[in-house]
Amino acid sequence: MKPENARFDNVLNAAPEQFLKSWLAEAALSLDNVSIAKTAPHDAQELLASLQEALRADADVTRFDDAKWSRTRTVLSELSQSRAAQGASAGETNYFVLAIKKPFFAGLRQALDANPQAAFDAVLAASALIDRMAQWTATTYQRSRENVIQRQQQELLELSTPVVKLWEGVLAAPMIGTLDSSRTQLVMETLLQRIVETGSELAIIDITGVPTVDTLVAQHLLKTVTAIRLMGADCIISGIRPQIAQTIVQLGIDLQGIVTKATLADALSLALKKGGWAVSRPVR
Amino acid sequence: MDRIPILKMGRYLLVTIQVDLLDQTALALQDDLSERIAATAAQGVLIDISALEIVDSFVGRILASISGISAIMGATLVVVGMQPAVAITLVELGLSLDGVRTALDVERGMALLNADGASRSDH
Amino acid sequence: MTTEPTSTDACLDGSMPLSAERDIVACRQLVRKLTQELKFSLVDQTKMITAASELSRNTIVYGQGGVMRWQIVSEGARTGLRLVFEDEGPGIPDIDLALTDGWTSGTGMGIGLSGSRRLVNDFELRTVVGQGTSVTITRWR
Repeated sequence: MKPENARFDNVLNAAPEQFLKSWLAEAALSLDNVSIAKTAPHDAQELLASLQEALRADADVTRFDDAKWSRTRTVLSELSQSRAAQGASAGETNYFVLAIKKPFFAGLRQALDANPQAAFDAVLAASALIDRMAQWTATTYQRSRENVIQRQQQELLELSTPVVKLWEGVLAAPMIGTLDSSRTQLVMETLLQRIVETGSELAIIDITGVPTVDTLVAQHLLKTVTAIRLMGADCIISGIRPQIAQTIVQLGIDLQGIVTKATLADALSLALKKGGWAVSRPVR
Repeated sequence: MDRIPILKMGRYLLVTIQVDLLDQTALALQDDLSERIAATAAQGVLIDISALEIVDSFVGRILASISGISAIMGATLVVVGMQPAVAITLVELGLSLDGVRTALDVERGMALLNADGASRSDH
Repeated sequence: MTTEPTSTDACLDGSMPLSAERDIVACRQLVRKLTQELKFSLVDQTKMITAASELSRNTIVYGQGGVMRWQIVSEGARTGLRLVFEDEGPGIPDIDLALTDGWTSGTGMGIGLSGSRRLVNDFELRTVVGQGTSVTITRWR
């Protein structure tokens, strides 16, 4: 083992219980969550074990991005992911890692009591390493939060894009809100799946609730209609407001023979006719 | 090499694809169908791809070919049962399979062919 | 920061030869297995397998045979599958043309190359006439 690694390793081994206690106490100052407080000791021990493993494998303490630190990085990633999922703040999660400085510096000072210059250098090196660890934790925390938010958005999306059966063989997908790529993707997948499940040959996509239609949105809609036709069903787009009709003409968007109707009612009427249904009202 | 079986159902031929297709198997199908259409004077061909999880540009081109060849020989091809994921992928790939008739399942495919046949006999 | 494999995955990379037509099917089956293990959505699985089918065919038919290398990649919290299709064939003389939809080289490369690009998140093409071609595609979960 390199001398500086050995020095760090000794600090971790000198009085492990005391070390852990001091670390957890410091970290607890910034901790509100009870369930996280319960798992903190386990997390700390895992992190310590990974640090020792790396130090003993002669990992370079100035290169945290080295392969030898990979287990430590994994432990920190998992830590920040689980904390993020449990709703801990970025600050809390970060501080958990930074708090290790307290017992670490205390240990170094004790070990290098006789040599202040060496103590200073060691503390500097330790601080840099721990900062890199905290930086890594912060980055993965950020990404985890983004993943959580993305998943929630997805669920929200699913809730707000219902596909309903309007009639025998006729499905309707009312779209509400801005049509971005992920929303259209989801509607397309859901709609196609329901077409297969119900054996419906006609789908009505209603865009009354869509504020604007630009070339990109039109492209998404066209893709959806093409997929529906490929499967052997057909599609009507309804809810085309005057402004949208004007925009479509102005932008020169080619609707490629897709039937469009101003209202969902008109679309349903056409769908029934196509299906061979006739609606009659008995004279009273 | 396994050849895909072709069933005769009245005036129509039915093909069910259930395996991951080797390129040569697809080509053989094209040949076999051409021969069977001629031999039976079939008026329609149904290719059931409900078990096919991947349709790439090669298979797509073969389907388009079979459609063209059938038409020249007086038969209509209907491809049935395309899976949603396959349809989405084909659109993204840029394959429109123009000219290939499709239906949701064999039953509807037959109804399509029957309707075609009815309008044909009006001439 | 270097990308690195996640600690929980048993097998993180591998390769398979692409020399005969039956290898196209084998390639599809391998990519299906990998994307299923990585828990890709069904649509994403289908897109990746289809792209692999196109590119493996190109390697065998136009590249005169080659290899596909696969690798499970991670960037922080996201995981993905990276495939590299390599051959030592004639190479592609005009890349822009090759990536135009529907282009055929007379040997019919057609929509496979440009289409595959749309099916994946990251796409990289390297080719030298007379030396060979390498296509790298990545799809994130």
